[in-house]
Amino acid sequence: MNGSDWLLNISDLTVEYKTGRGKITALSHLSLGVRRGEILAVVGESGCGKSTLGLSIINLLQKPPASIASGEILFNGTDILKLNEGRMAALRGTEISMIFQDPMSSLDPVYTVGQQLREAINTKEGRDDKKKPYVVSSPDLEYGAKARASRLMLPQLPGARRERRHGEDIIEALRAVNISDPEKVANKYPHELSGGIAQRVMIAQALVERPSLLIADEPTSALDVTIQAQVLKLIKKLRDEIGSSVIFITHDLAVAAQVADRVAVMYAAQLVELSGAGELFKRPLHPYSEALILSFPRRYKDQGRLDAISGDVPDLRAPPSGCRFHPRCKYAFDRCTAEMPHLVDVGSDHQVACFLREKP
Amino acid sequence: MTDDIIEARDVVKHFPIRYELADRVLRKERQRVHAVDSVSLSVKVRETLGLVGESGSGKTTLGKVMLMLDRPTSGQIIFKGEDLTTVNDEGLRAKRKKMQIVFQNPNASLDPRQRIGDIIAEPLTVFREHGRSEIHEIVARISEAVGLPLDGMMRFPHEFSGGQRQRVAIARALVMNPEFIVLDEPTSALDSSIQAQILNLLRRLQDEFSLSYLFITHNVNVVKYMADRVAVMYCGKLVEIGETKEVLEHPMHPYTITLISSIPLPDPEEKLETKDLTGEIPSSVNPPTGCRFHPRCPYAQEICKTTEPPLREVSRGHWSACHFAESLGDLPGSGRS
Repeated sequence: MNGSDWLLNISDLTVEYKTGRGKITALSHLSLGVRRGEILAVVGESGCGKSTLGLSIINLLQKPPASIASGEILFNGTDILKLNEGRMAALRGTEISMIFQDPMSSLDPVYTVGQQLREAINTKEGRDDKKKPYVVSSPDLEYGAKARASRLMLPQLPGARRERRHGEDIIEALRAVNISDPEKVANKYPHELSGGIAQRVMIAQALVERPSLLIADEPTSALDVTIQAQVLKLIKKLRDEIGSSVIFITHDLAVAAQVADRVAVMYAAQLVELSGAGELFKRPLHPYSEALILSFPRRYKDQGRLDAISGDVPDLRAPPSGCRFHPRCKYAFDRCTAEMPHLVDVGSDHQVACFLREKP
Repeated sequence: MTDDIIEARDVVKHFPIRYELADRVLRKERQRVHAVDSVSLSVKVRETLGLVGESGSGKTTLGKVMLMLDRPTSGQIIFKGEDLTTVNDEGLRAKRKKMQIVFQNPNASLDPRQRIGDIIAEPLTVFREHGRSEIHEIVARISEAVGLPLDGMMRFPHEFSGGQRQRVAIARALVMNPEFIVLDEPTSALDSSIQAQILNLLRRLQDEFSLSYLFITHNVNVVKYMADRVAVMYCGKLVEIGETKEVLEHPMHPYTITLISSIPLPDPEEKLETKDLTGEIPSSVNPPTGCRFHPRCPYAQEICKTTEPPLREVSRGHWSACHFAESLGDLPGSGRS
């Protein structure tokens, strides 16, 4: 993987967590690239390491208990893992943004939506005045008719014009994420928003930040399906309009199929298959990907049973020997229990870690 | 109908909102959450009725009311020919042997300090109808039926995976040999590779023990696989009910149409063609007048704002609460085959 069409290159990344009951390897020798302007879905079940991957890229892992045992993460050619906190902080919210599953816990409860978006713009423009001190209805933070009237009264303080431009940008961003009454929402506090609106505010924040890389960790899992469909559309719009690359982390195969250009399937801390979305869903080559697709309910009750995957998600404290999927795999043979398969190329832009796909 | 195991007739459940002195001084009106508003439906013997709707649509409340875990504000619950709303609490206890519930989150519904065997046996010990050895025998038989290892009976819930814990919750619901079970999002908290196992288990148990299910979920794909008939709720109202295949392929209510078109499938070639619903799910404190879906409905007309559409039989066994149910089918994007 080289050339400038790769925005992000992760190689041999291993992340460990120290716990009271021993060490857990949450990511094991993972190598993965993200192209400019693509949406890469990372699919896997709980505990497979997908969220750890997202947090490693934005360098927000809590260390300890987490520690990076090996690997590098090249973002535009710079190894993020080697940056000091100051330089990393400068990247967050400008070049790399992240949205989480629960928007309510990522929004600050004591600031209005408008104030938080303003902070995002200031950060993006490299200005240090972060959030304004908490003032109830400070006139420059209000939007709409009342604010316009009060602005006429205000003397032209330094920065007033910039403030106004930012106000317009904020309203614009909120409108772009289909919020029908942006002036009203800008003056609201997070607790006054519904989950769907709050998640759209998070995306509006990503819109004003215009990051090169957006990491979205289960952004729709807490939302109702009709709202989920809108949010998925917005994430695609963000990519189309700003050209951001998106890492879309999800447990939901169907959601991945709807948004992704490429899909990375993870199982028990390892990457098991990486492929273009169309190819993966038509021709899954790893038995786990295949079984996941087959176990998706899509037939009627009278059309027979689903092919469920037997067994349970492995315990990462004591992962199975050899291929980690072998205890649940219907194709497993002797070699799978003893040896660990590595990712091999099986076509253009299609890699899989399975002995069945290795050419002799 | 005699082949119904349970029937809800015109069930209303309102929850009062705290009314404080200041509200009284200001002469504010007492407000209530209209969780379920005159819903009538029935579950037939050995049938699965799927109940779908978004969060806050009242589907869980309806499930609880049908088990009389919450008494309805008005309306009747007829279980095997008897109106449960006229039965007192003591009488209900006896009825509960035959009706059970399985919740979404087994971590919350299982006591972390009880052993698995005791959790499963608890209903039997509560009713004191069986001897020790008999309880032992029943627990062993049910555990085997749900696929739990017998050597796990002395262990605690935290030693089990999410899927195993949900099996425990199902086993506990089964020991009293019930006839009707409310399944409230039983697979929503599970990993996708485990979900199919539990769905298959529930279907096998239904055949084995002649069970009738009310299957509450927000996941239409799951309903499609599990349910014989499906009921759709929106903001406390039943908006559509009918045979699963009929409702999913020929939806007769604009909300159902939107819901179905929002469901992602694991196939990149079947991209969603969602109509953007404007607005949010309405507040059930002040539900919209007329049809509750009208503020978000792409087909809304003047009449929808003023007159509430009754639930009516549009085709055989297919009921819809839309003034324009018959003409929706001609509109584009009204379903996916």
